[in-house]
Amino acid sequence: MTALLEIQGLHLGMQSFDGEAHVLNGIDLTINRGEIWGVVGETGCGKSLTGLSVSRLVPTPPARYRAGRILFEGQDVLSMPESELRKLRGRRIGMIFQDPTTNLNPSFRIGDQLVDVALAAARHSERTTRVAARDLAARMLDKVGIPNAASRLDDYPHQFSGGMRQRVLIAMALIGQPSLLIADEPTTALDVSVQAQVLALLKGMVAETGMAVMLITHNLGVVAQSCTHVAVMYAGNIVESGRVAQVIRRPAHPYTQALLAAIPTRHVARGALQGLAGSVPDLLAPPPGCRFAPRCAHASAACATLPATVAVEGGHRVACVLAHA
Amino acid sequence: MIRFLLRRLLLTVPVLLGLTVLVFIIGRMLPGDPVALAAGPNASAAEIADVAREFGLDRPLLTQYGSYLSGLLRGDFGVSIFTRRPVAEDLAAFLPATLELVFAAMFIAVAVGLPMGLATAVWRDRWPDAVSRVAALGAISMPRFFLGLLLQLGFAMWLGWLPLSGRFPITEDPPPWVTGFLTIDSLMAGDLYAFGVACQHLLLPALAMSLSPLATIMRMMRASTLEVLQQDYVLTERALGLSRSLILFKYVSRNAVAATLTVIGLYFGWLLGGTVLVETVFDWPGIGLYATKSVVSQDFMPVIGVTLVIGTIFVVSNLLVDVAQGLVNPRVRVE
Ligand SMILES: Nc1ncnc2c1ncn2[C@@H]1O[C@H](COP(=O)(O)OP(=O)(O)OP(=O)(O)O)[C@@H](O)[C@H]1O
Ligand code: SF4
Ligand SMILES: [Mg+2]
Repeated sequence: MTALLEIQGLHLGMQSFDGEAHVLNGIDLTINRGEIWGVVGETGCGKSLTGLSVSRLVPTPPARYRAGRILFEGQDVLSMPESELRKLRGRRIGMIFQDPTTNLNPSFRIGDQLVDVALAAARHSERTTRVAARDLAARMLDKVGIPNAASRLDDYPHQFSGGMRQRVLIAMALIGQPSLLIADEPTTALDVSVQAQVLALLKGMVAETGMAVMLITHNLGVVAQSCTHVAVMYAGNIVESGRVAQVIRRPAHPYTQALLAAIPTRHVARGALQGLAGSVPDLLAPPPGCRFAPRCAHASAACATLPATVAVEGGHRVACVLAHA
Repeated sequence: MIRFLLRRLLLTVPVLLGLTVLVFIIGRMLPGDPVALAAGPNASAAEIADVAREFGLDRPLLTQYGSYLSGLLRGDFGVSIFTRRPVAEDLAAFLPATLELVFAAMFIAVAVGLPMGLATAVWRDRWPDAVSRVAALGAISMPRFFLGLLLQLGFAMWLGWLPLSGRFPITEDPPPWVTGFLTIDSLMAGDLYAFGVACQHLLLPALAMSLSPLATIMRMMRASTLEVLQQDYVLTERALGLSRSLILFKYVSRNAVAATLTVIGLYFGWLLGGTVLVETVFDWPGIGLYATKSVVSQDFMPVIGVTLVIGTIFVVSNLLVDVAQGLVNPRVRVE
């Protein structure tokens, strides 16, 4: 059986006035049905671009796919015509973004937006009427925990709190019954008290539908609680990946170790990382070998060539010369 | 919404009051002696004084202003010293022609400007966009009366497709007066022929007036569309599989139009004030032409009346823009 999502050697360049930045530098990631993947890493390491690439939502230009494939259910997303892509979006792949205040269209009732997404998702399978779609929208709102769901369909986004808006967006992402959900920092913009509720809701919905999830986050605590697998990204590479238990208990990559060492706050700050000197490399002129080398305490001459990714034990993969022994 | 409307309506009262003071004073300070002009070239000093007394112009300015203001409250705009007709009657006769012209121009500007703005935003930096940018610059900088003359030259004189000037041929019977809008009145009378004739006359002056607002509306619509396309919710809409046309024509356009509405409202007042020259070029029997003739004969009551009417409509149209903003933008409504 083919994997649900298979990203193979994905290289993405980003044009700017100063030249092309090598933003994704050979991403390999396989997600199977039912798996919940956490994707973590410092700001700017390419998490969002990886997620957006799966639905090919990265604007080209300025972006340019230099190499690699993204296979969703065996089909190459990068060579798909736009019309085929639209059949994936919302219907096979749902997406949730960070800021619920800016991701709902302020000028339309949420019912309108939900119904249109439901209709777009249904168009390629069975025909659905607007009335039926509205029913479905009300049921979805109810499921994501919005009180008086049916009557709230006629409300505008500004009539909801931030947490409630994110629930609406979750309903919208799931109304087409996707088999993969990509959630890009879905709780980062929310109040701390609401974060846990929204996360619990997401977990509940995932458990109920059995869909696979790519959860992009800064918070390793969230990964430990909610995910089955984790991929650690650094400057456009996945430096370590595997089951949560493997990666968090026996981190093999110096960067993962540094991330975990910084955890006592339970919240990895955006930008700088405590306990880790230096900063993210300039992606316009990255170091030739391991991109982490300038900050790595174990760096040696061997790190001047890009370390291959090797499996240390079943499914636990690391891109570091230390693991090559 | 109602309270917001009432508050805005109350605010317009001092604005209009200030306008009357200003117009009244300026009207009286214009050089020349309108009374002598009205009394005739051979009038004696005593005859001139008689005319002045007849119109109450011998009284102190403040008294005159007071009686004018109390007249206004009764809908009385004074009397023309030249034709001796009540100004209110003249305004009622000429205003519909002007409004019809302005509405027609606005309709063309909006109906063409908004879709073109959307289209040039979508085709950003490709040739339709580049062509429209240059054309818009030309349209905005060209004076309306000059454009009117060009249109007359091209479509009326060379091609002979459309009438040169006027609103309706004197040789034919206009439809019975209901709204004063010839197009609407002819339709109400079921007279399609008269409707066609009215439209033919309307087209050139309306085009001349519409080009500048059309160009501005198009550029504004383009800018706001580009801005809306950058919004997060557009990415969400794409990510959840909505079709390109649904996103563009339903979700993006409403937000972009909302941002363009203010310009549309402002242009309405601007057009109204600017009808004077176009109406003169096209011999269009509206309040602009009326004002021109009154200014020439130094007949200040009509001038004051026209200014007040235009000022009032300007204020009201801005109010309507705010209401429309509330309708398309739910966030304004609650505030
Ligand atoms: N549209 C764009 N144009 C130019 N550069 C971009 C664009 N989008 C992203 N980048 C660059 O690509 C790199 C990776 O961006 P990405 O958004 O994937 O990071 P991220 O890991 O999601 O970061 P964050 O945690 O801040 O969300 C960054 O250096 C960013 O500056
Ligand atoms: S490859 Fe070298 S520099 Fe990179 S993380 Fe491993 S030891 Fe450090
Ligand atoms: Mg991001």
